[in-house]
Amino acid sequence: MKTAPKKTSRGKSNGHASPPDGDSRRWNLRLYVAGQTPRSLTAFKNLKEICEEYLKGKYYIEVIDLMENPTLARGDQILAVPTLVRKLPHPIRKIIGDLSDTERVLVGLDIQPR
Amino acid sequence: MNRRRRPKAQGLKKEPTGIPGFDEITGGGLPSGRPTLVCGSAGAGKTLFGMEFLVRGATLSNQPGVFISFEETDNELATNVASLGFDLQQLVADKKLLLDYVFIERSEIEETGEYDLEGLFLRLGHAIDTIGAKRVVLDTLEALFSALPNEAIIRAELRRLFRWLKDKGVTAVITCERGEKTLTRYGLEEYVADCVILLDHRVQNQISTRRLRIVKYRGTSHGTNEYPFLIDEQGVAVLPITSLGLNHKASNAFISSGIPRLDAMLNGKGFYRGSSILVSGTAGTGKSTMAAHFIEAACKRGERALCFAFEESQDQIIRNMRSVGIELEKFVRKGLLRFRNARPSAWGLELHLAMIHKYIDEYEPVVVAIDPITNFFTIGDATETRSMLTRLIDFLKIKQITAMFTSLTSTGSELERSEVEVSSLMDAWLLVKNIESNGERNRGFYILKARGIAHSNRVREFLLTDHGIDLIEAPVGPEGVLMGSARLEGNGARRKSRKGTLK
Repeated sequence: MKTAPKKTSRGKSNGHASPPDGDSRRWNLRLYVAGQTPRSLTAFKNLKEICEEYLKGKYYIEVIDLMENPTLARGDQILAVPTLVRKLPHPIRKIIGDLSDTERVLVGLDIQPR
Repeated sequence: MNRRRRPKAQGLKKEPTGIPGFDEITGGGLPSGRPTLVCGSAGAGKTLFGMEFLVRGATLSNQPGVFISFEETDNELATNVASLGFDLQQLVADKKLLLDYVFIERSEIEETGEYDLEGLFLRLGHAIDTIGAKRVVLDTLEALFSALPNEAIIRAELRRLFRWLKDKGVTAVITCERGEKTLTRYGLEEYVADCVILLDHRVQNQISTRRLRIVKYRGTSHGTNEYPFLIDEQGVAVLPITSLGLNHKASNAFISSGIPRLDAMLNGKGFYRGSSILVSGTAGTGKSTMAAHFIEAACKRGERALCFAFEESQDQIIRNMRSVGIELEKFVRKGLLRFRNARPSAWGLELHLAMIHKYIDEYEPVVVAIDPITNFFTIGDATETRSMLTRLIDFLKIKQITAMFTSLTSTGSELERSEVEVSSLMDAWLLVKNIESNGERNRGFYILKARGIAHSNRVREFLLTDHGIDLIEAPVGPEGVLMGSARLEGNGARRKSRKGTLK
């Protein structure tokens, strides 16, 4: 994800927030992708935009490239890519697809009521 | 189970499954490096088939395998197959097997836009590479359809997956739920075109039989019948039981019936080895005792005997036979005699045949007694039963096993139609009959046929004594055969008259 210079390959990308600590209001999001495909890039871009707009300063994104770390697919039971996993707040939620449907992403993340 | 395969012109390479019988009917196993679809309804044995394919591959062919489960966790799988003697944990520790449980919860997932299943591919690819797997099982891939909302994507991805598995060169088994009109619920047979196996679990007259059929096997000949199969403490066993034809050897050796007088009636030697003998008679005429004599004689010669009893338990038979002076228990203890007791209704016909095959293959007896075969007619119709008995007799003949079958005729009636049908399969047919005359009931015995043996045509009186069966010559008087007190009287009269002439 060369277009997202803020993160490393296993990448941690902060919104504007401080590094993770015990803040209970923190949104801990994990985006699983497989290689730097156009779809992965779109998903990351969409996620970033949504977070900036709705969760500014409260979120933390971790991007995991399964091409590099296939073992990590097991932990969160990833089959489809891209998959966005909301690790925090509980409960875990999963959103699959390139996140182009903003409305449904917001519902899926429980930012907007269903 | 005969291996008479002509050498093929460089055909499809096959991977043996190690499942007894299955490799015979497929001529070597599953297509190597290609996916095979195994479909069947719930409880048909799909998971077990897949698991056995991997376990045998790992232990017998030294091919590591990956099991991707969409339904059961690793632990559940290990527990479920532990009863079959598969030690999955050990295989996993030895890196011969890799279990991966894929859990997808529909309610947790929201779909937003385009995606693919690359995650599954990577996961599978990683698993294959980790242990250098040659075999893969996906159980049950169709779980994807209920877990993910977009069917079009799944279909496209599955097509890609099967292609990908082929490119990987792994021999794969994909299990599927059976559909109502199609083979699989989601029509996966469209994608996997190489080999399709159908497992079926049918209940007929409250008796269930598992059956397996090869629906399709591209590029090779295969058995097309429905084959019954078992799941027992050793896993899956397919029983390719078809008629083996009439090309068995005929022995010139003789085998004693265990009753000296009967041997005398049979040209003094007894039956041919490897022949099938039918003993029929009404209830309580001593058919089982005759079989017991036959078995005892074999055990005394040090030959192994196997007795299938469908009416009595082992203890009961031993006790009852002891009362007529036939001691069977010591042979059981010596390992020369084994009983298999089961109610006919315990299984379907095919399964009975399958079990008989299995026990005979395991124990390799020289003589077999089946007491009685008429009970099979209660669980199948005449055609089915006859077909089953034909195959059983063919099997015994190929193995050169001498077999005695008893058959119960109902009182009063002439020979049953079923019995007549069966008798044509038999080489020798002995008949015990109740004969009522002079206010007493006696048993008459005669040999109805004995192929290739010059045999007595006389009716004998059949006596059950405390030392077993005795066949007494019954003199013929003016009113016919004399038996019981009439015979004694007759003998007395003759003796008297003989005395008279001497004087």
